Amino acid sequence: MRVSIITFPGSNCDHDAYEVFASRGHQASMIWHKDHDLMSPDLVILPGGFSYGDYLRCGALARFSPIVKEVIDFAHKGGLVMGICNGFQILTESGLLPGALLMNSHLKFICKHQHIRVETANSPFSNGIEPGTVLDIPIAHKEGNFFIDDNGLKALKDNDQILFRYCDTEGDFTANPNGSLENIAGIVNIKRNVLGMMPHPERAATDSVSSKDGRKIFEAIERYFDGGN
Amino acid sequence: MLKAKIFVQLKPSVLDPQGKAVSNSLHNLGFSSVFETRISKYIEISFDSEDKARTAQETEKICKSLLANPNTESYHFELEEC
Repeated sequence: MRVSIITFPGSNCDHDAYEVFASRGHQASMIWHKDHDLMSPDLVILPGGFSYGDYLRCGALARFSPIVKEVIDFAHKGGLVMGICNGFQILTESGLLPGALLMNSHLKFICKHQHIRVETANSPFSNGIEPGTVLDIPIAHKEGNFFIDDNGLKALKDNDQILFRYCDTEGDFTANPNGSLENIAGIVNIKRNVLGMMPHPERAATDSVSSKDGRKIFEAIERYFDGGN
Repeated sequence: MLKAKIFVQLKPSVLDPQGKAVSNSLHNLGFSSVFETRISKYIEISFDSEDKARTAQETEKICKSLLANPNTESYHFELEEC
């Protein structure tokens, strides 16, 4: 598949994402945020990092980069978009995903391995993964505390849009690293083609790292394009 | 010249961890009557304009499109000559 990875000033996980997709045999392209051409991708990645130094609010300024207009058009046409960490923040700021990522409840930057539970297989990013499956995926953020109002939360639940929740090794919700509402770690939009998640699957997908659980998400995307879903 | 003095604050329903931490510190300092602290942003924008009505409209648009996140924040502003 063709994967376009957007680099904003301050992105720092763009090369990790590139490496993962390239090593899996996909045609990966790095796209500068000032470009206007997404290079006809199947999948767009908004990577982690600190776009525009997190000034004003995380992701608020990146949303006005020229390429984001193209990403929004691409998403509206049904193209797959995956925002990881800062990418998730950019997706909420740009209105492609509901809710907002607030400062962690304990005010600290966290960088550690974290278990998350797959809540639904009904998405291009999780098809074929048994709901309840626990993945070990690193997190690294200070603003990952997902918030949405009561009506928004009800809509997320009614429409099965919550993809990942923070959990412990057993899949129970005893662990909540950042105060996120209902342990929410990742959601999709109502059309299910846009995913935002705070954990970093690209940091758990190569041979050189201890957890390889991120591969399950990339394999799901590959299955989707292979006609598995 | 006109100056917009803009306040952006978290909505009452949104937890403010920074405000909570400041409250705790104030309690530790002995300010036991402190009940709650909320942290806001204060932004000043100067306009090369004398037209108050138009500048107010523009400031409104600026707040809506960028300075405040409608999901979590509210805003208000005042204009003054400078």
